[in-house]
Amino acid sequence: MHLVYPAVLSALLFCTGLYGVLARRNAILVLMSVELMLNAVNLNLVAFDVWLSRAAEETLHSGQALTLFTIAIAAAEIGIGLAIVLAVYRNRGTSDIDKLRDTAEGPETEGPDTSAAEKAEATA
Amino acid sequence: MTTTTLAVLVPLLPFLGAAAGLLLGRTAPGFVRPLAVLPTLAALAAAALVAVRQGGDQAIDAHTELTPTGSVPIEFALHIDGFAALVAVLVAFVAACVQIYSTGYLREDPRYPSYAALVSLFTSAMLLVVYSGDLIVLLVGWEVMGICSYFLVGHYWETPEARAASLKAFLVTKLGDVPFLIGLFALGTDAGSFRITRVLGAVASGGIDHPTLIALLLLAGVAGKSAQFPLHTWLPDAMAGPTPVSALIHAATMVAAGVYFIARLLPVFEASQAAMVVLAVMAAVTMTGSGLAALAQDDIKRVLAYSTIGQLGYMTGALAVGDRGAAVFHLLSHGAFKALLFLAAGVIIHAAGTNSLAAMSRMSHLRDRVPDAYWTMTVALLALAAIPPFSGFFSKESVLGAAEHVATGHTDHAPGAAGWIVLVAGLLTALLTAAYATRLWLLAFRGRGAEAPDHGRQPLTMTAVLWVLAVPSLAFGGLAYRSLPGWFDGRDLTPTLLTSILGTGLALVGGLLTYGAWQRTSALAARIPLGAVAAHPEDGAGLVEAEAIASHEPVYGNIAYAPDAADPGRLLLGPLYRHAAVGFHLDALYSALFVRPVQAGASLVRFLDREVVDTYVQGAAALPRLLGAAVRRAQTGNVQTYVSALLAGTVVLAVAVLLVATGA
Amino acid sequence: MSLAAAQHGFLSPAGVEIAFLLVGLATFGAALVTVTTRQLVHAALWLVVALGGLAVEYLLLTAEFIAWVQVLIYVGSVVVLLLFGLMLTKAPIGRSPDADSGNRWAALAVAVAAAGALVWVVVDAFRTTWIDLKGPAAGSTRVTGESLFQNWVLPFEALSVLLLAALVGAIVLSRKAKADEAFGTSATADTPVALPGEKEGAR
Repeated sequence: MHLVYPAVLSALLFCTGLYGVLARRNAILVLMSVELMLNAVNLNLVAFDVWLSRAAEETLHSGQALTLFTIAIAAAEIGIGLAIVLAVYRNRGTSDIDKLRDTAEGPETEGPDTSAAEKAEATA
Repeated sequence: MTTTTLAVLVPLLPFLGAAAGLLLGRTAPGFVRPLAVLPTLAALAAAALVAVRQGGDQAIDAHTELTPTGSVPIEFALHIDGFAALVAVLVAFVAACVQIYSTGYLREDPRYPSYAALVSLFTSAMLLVVYSGDLIVLLVGWEVMGICSYFLVGHYWETPEARAASLKAFLVTKLGDVPFLIGLFALGTDAGSFRITRVLGAVASGGIDHPTLIALLLLAGVAGKSAQFPLHTWLPDAMAGPTPVSALIHAATMVAAGVYFIARLLPVFEASQAAMVVLAVMAAVTMTGSGLAALAQDDIKRVLAYSTIGQLGYMTGALAVGDRGAAVFHLLSHGAFKALLFLAAGVIIHAAGTNSLAAMSRMSHLRDRVPDAYWTMTVALLALAAIPPFSGFFSKESVLGAAEHVATGHTDHAPGAAGWIVLVAGLLTALLTAAYATRLWLLAFRGRGAEAPDHGRQPLTMTAVLWVLAVPSLAFGGLAYRSLPGWFDGRDLTPTLLTSILGTGLALVGGLLTYGAWQRTSALAARIPLGAVAAHPEDGAGLVEAEAIASHEPVYGNIAYAPDAADPGRLLLGPLYRHAAVGFHLDALYSALFVRPVQAGASLVRFLDREVVDTYVQGAAALPRLLGAAVRRAQTGNVQTYVSALLAGTVVLAVAVLLVATGA
Repeated sequence: MSLAAAQHGFLSPAGVEIAFLLVGLATFGAALVTVTTRQLVHAALWLVVALGGLAVEYLLLTAEFIAWVQVLIYVGSVVVLLLFGLMLTKAPIGRSPDADSGNRWAALAVAVAAAGALVWVVVDAFRTTWIDLKGPAAGSTRVTGESLFQNWVLPFEALSVLLLAALVGAIVLSRKAKADEAFGTSATADTPVALPGEKEGAR
């Protein structure tokens, strides 16, 4: 089998997940998209491991081991992620990502002209 | 103890007293008074002992080089001749009197510790100036005196007058000190040394290349320090300081330092005829102008301040005719009687609750309230007016005699023109001096009107000092004029018959004229009630004085002048009165010539800084601010936007790296 | 490789390749629906399809063990967890008009650009690479187990510690909020003390 097939599929799945992460509003849907991206990576790992296990003399099957680890970590991540989303939901009453804007730049409290004038007064 | 060690102790003791006073002033207030008085008294004793041991013989010279400078050496040197020994005794004597007087005068002042320490520091610096044999060390003392004067004039810094006066005193004297410093450097470079003995040796052997330039530069510093025309304007304003300070610094010692400095370096000035003539003109203008101005002042202390300027004019006049013996003789006797005048004036101000002569002339029985001040001030005013046999007569006659000596061409030390100028101005000033002394006495002690308030007796520390100072005012001149030439250059100081008759006669004329004028005008006094008296007369003397100074301008409209029709000076001076009261508009002239241009320059610089330079700064800030606004708009708080931008950037970078790596 | 490329052209696909391509298309399509559908629960179900499709792809790549793990963990537990999450956050059932944020077009641009770049690079790099699927399976349970417990024991154990930590973390995160809430509801009546959770919620 051509290596290109799984590689291209993996790339497309990754970008689909990417789109989901960037475009979805609900935090849980974002988490799903993250899962898609992780699976794309897994597909890549498996495909390359299979290819290398044939091409090389000795192999540690590191790709498949890593895939298993990724799956385990993804499970942990989804658990923690959901717990966080639940906590946020309890606190804020929403799990919409674009409503959680605490880091936004607030409105300016002081006009730049007045502050400049005050500075000039202070330095004069 | 050798004489040298003793001489070192003289300036050192007040300095240690000042340091200890400053350190202990807050923590141990009980030590402040002893620390102020005792070192000064000890310095007086040491100075007297040095004077006795020196005895007018060969000058005592001692020096040690502190550190090599690489070029003209600066040495810690003592040069004690008869002049130095006697002036040091005067300084220590007046300083001791003033310190004792201050313990009473500033009894209730919360800032007394720092005041006393500064007076001690001043005393130390003045003694250093007197004893120093090296011009740079002398300069150190000179400048320390200046800064002490600044602080002490501003002692009542709560009043705007005192603040303005202290700044003015500092700036005007510094204006003279800059050329003074340049002159000292030029002199040291020409002579190859800053030691006074070597400088004088170089002068004697004709080693000075630019005598006129150096003499004129030094003269500027002297004019600033000794309040000579045209740099005298700070001294009348400096009367906003406490009276003891005026007595010590602005009458007896610091202002005399300039005279003393010229006396020390007189050969340098004598090397230039032009400088001597300038000195004579300066002295003549100062004398007559200050005499006229003194006649028109309303503040009793300002009368005395102008009087000080005039008497210093006598001293510089004596120097202009090349007789430093007469100059220092007058310095000594003037130091005693002028200190007395100021201290007595302090007592009077306290008793009367005002410093205005116009107000005093409307109080009767003021002399009964302060009998000590009355009698001692009478003595001092007679000495000031040079009535024989008071000490001022002998010293002033020695000056006039020296001027006559030069005017008649008996010496080649000084140009004859200088002699004539000094002689004529001196005689005119004798008339004026007697006139304003009489006016002061009549207005202060012969007032008619309501009875002066009774605040009880003045403290003993204040009155006793007056009597101590009255002794030299009365007798010093008569006792000393025969023995002093042995201490000085050996020139005779005996009054000559012609000038004595002329001077005393003119003085009597002046006094009688004023009395006549007063007879006519005093009748007017009752008609126009006038005056302001301090609101808290039961307070300490220093506080009463501060109140009196602060209230003069609001009451009379001017710090120097009162619209008093009963003033005999008004009748005597006629149309000149108004101009004399404000010091012949010199302050206004200086303000127009120097202060306004400087202020205009400052506002120009301010304009340039604010409007021109700042425009660039603000322009430079505008671009970052614009960028900042753009970046701020990107801070939406939406995480997805951030991640989008991040990933877009990543893609762009990855593509760029690929393109580079593949060589596309 | 050039020999292999010559032997295995793209115009004459093997059977397994055709199967892979078809299942891959289905997977990709399911993934696309997952990230675009307006019904949130449907998104989770389409995710099952996509993940299951991936499991089939693993099988086609002869990685059996991974395929079954994929089915067990992802399809079995992760998606169930996600569904629970959706329900706990009271996600609307049915079409929600605002499932996508306003960032959609930027996201689309970024995703398309990234896809273009990745596909271009991958195709350019592995155009001629051939995987030989003949012979014993590369990812049978035996092979994977030997590899894991011979060469990867230490990371495996470390990972178990990590999983434990994640377990504890998830419990702490959710339990603490619950304790706060319980305390808050019991205490709000008579104590004016504003709890951090309430304060955040009030904003």
